[in-house]
Amino acid sequence: MTSTNKLLLEAKGITKYFGTITALENVNLKVHEGECLGVVGDNGAGKSTLMKVLSGLYKPSAGALFFEGKEHILDSPKDSQNLGLEMVYQDLALAGNLPIGENIFLGREPTKNIGFLKFLDFKKIQEMTSAHLEKLKINVKSADQKVEELSGGQRQAVAIARSTAFNAKVVIMDEPTAALAIKEVGKVLDLINKLKSTGVGVIVISHRMDDIFTVCDRVMALFQGTNFAESQLDKTSRDEVIGWIMGKK
Amino acid sequence: MKSLVGLWEKNKMDDKEKKQDSLYVKLIPYFEKYGILLLLVIMILVMHILQPDVFLSWRNVTNVFKQISWQSMLALGVFMVIVTAGIDLSVGSIMMLSLMILAIVAKAGAPWFIVVLVPLFAGFLCGLINGLGITLLRMPHPFIMTLGTLYIFRGTGNLISGGTPISGFTDEVRYLGHGRIDLTWLGLEKSQYLPVSLVLIAVVYFVFWVFLNHSRTGKWIYAIGGNPSAARASGINVNKILIIVYSLCGFLSGIGALILAGRTDSGYPNAGLQSELDAIAACIIGGASFFGGRGTVLGVFAGVMIMGILRNGLNLMDVSSFWQQVLIGSIIVLAVYVDVLRRDFGTRK
Repeated sequence: MTSTNKLLLEAKGITKYFGTITALENVNLKVHEGECLGVVGDNGAGKSTLMKVLSGLYKPSAGALFFEGKEHILDSPKDSQNLGLEMVYQDLALAGNLPIGENIFLGREPTKNIGFLKFLDFKKIQEMTSAHLEKLKINVKSADQKVEELSGGQRQAVAIARSTAFNAKVVIMDEPTAALAIKEVGKVLDLINKLKSTGVGVIVISHRMDDIFTVCDRVMALFQGTNFAESQLDKTSRDEVIGWIMGKK
Repeated sequence: MKSLVGLWEKNKMDDKEKKQDSLYVKLIPYFEKYGILLLLVIMILVMHILQPDVFLSWRNVTNVFKQISWQSMLALGVFMVIVTAGIDLSVGSIMMLSLMILAIVAKAGAPWFIVVLVPLFAGFLCGLINGLGITLLRMPHPFIMTLGTLYIFRGTGNLISGGTPISGFTDEVRYLGHGRIDLTWLGLEKSQYLPVSLVLIAVVYFVFWVFLNHSRTGKWIYAIGGNPSAARASGINVNKILIIVYSLCGFLSGIGALILAGRTDSGYPNAGLQSELDAIAACIIGGASFFGGRGTVLGVFAGVMIMGILRNGLNLMDVSSFWQQVLIGSIIVLAVYVDVLRRDFGTRK
């Protein structure tokens, strides 16, 4: 749970300009195995931009990303996925018209060959989905249920299941509890703890102090696109972290 | 002991709830999948009762299939586009342009296999232009790009042909639209043949059903319609898939041109005029959603059949074509209203 664990992801000196606007300036970030890093900051502090840089959606204007000690240049989300870095988006990034299983494997569907043609292997999708949901103790009626029929918490669970279906080493979550009913928040936080216990490094972006103080081991604050403050969770308090968000130390 | 009884009661209640729930939930997908077929069967029964001697006769049934043959190709193409939450208004013009190119190439004396391949290739290219325009030129909506090409393609078709019909093709060229498969070896009469276009519809629809439901690309087409940002975040190259979809739509319009060439034995300037609207109507009647991600190949086929049977049946009964317009319009509104109701029931808000 501490920095003695293996370093998984490190961002050094990340800077990102959009035209004349500086969204990020010289931002550093580290995540270790089995560790949960909370990233806080006011709207426009650069949290989402940073996450998009980490997931390969944006290219940084300057700075470097290191994954397990090696420098990588990410050209697309595919590149970061291949490294074992997954993102759970705020808008969930699920296709409501497709069943749970097909959402989890979207873009990476297992196929079987019949002659020279490739067909989707629905049986395998179903089996892998059931096994994976079972592993994460996510309860749904069946893997064939369409995502639009699920509750907000179930959808978030599916989104998290999706991010971890391919041996993810680092999972980045953008406001994982923002749209959820109170009783569902707990389930999602449990799920995050379960991921940590399997050695996954988790980055949680959240406005909710309850989330941060329930699952995170370390918290860092961004303010106006720069590293503002950082601390082990047990060495800080809610009031202090809220102060950081508002730019007060 | 008391708590045990309570637990048992609770279980019983849960079971009861589950049962109701399951019956209700189970029925919805079936209705969603096969409701439109039910409507089709009812229509066939009604028409049969109204026209017992004619409607289900071999001649009339094959007639219906011949009439819907080229429309069914356009509808299938437009359906794929609608699944991605797009629209293609240019399919009628693509068909007309492909038909004109076919006619010119045929008149120039090209061998039949060239004449047959030319409209497919032309249709594909037109679709490719649509797809590239929508993705590379970043048109705000496919409606605009394909509205533009609706005029461009038809104008081009008129330019290259001088706006006059070109008639007279060889039997090989006309085979798909006009050919007959003799069934006398089954002990049927000479007049009871199978139109080649019917077999073509079946083959093309089956191939595209497999493509959309059992290939990764097909699944991604549905995913893009369901949530394009989800598709993008999953590493799917959305633009590439869209270009493929519009190209295939153009290709199917090219097949439509080949069928029409066979049926009419000529290329003519008014070919496929307003047929894009028929194609869209068939998709909507068949349960495709304008918001994307919803609809089945079987549904589109049913939609095409419903429109074909309605026209055919009303013609048999000598009802004015003005009434046909009113009826088809009403069915579109009704079909979508049923879809709205189904969504109210089926989806959690």
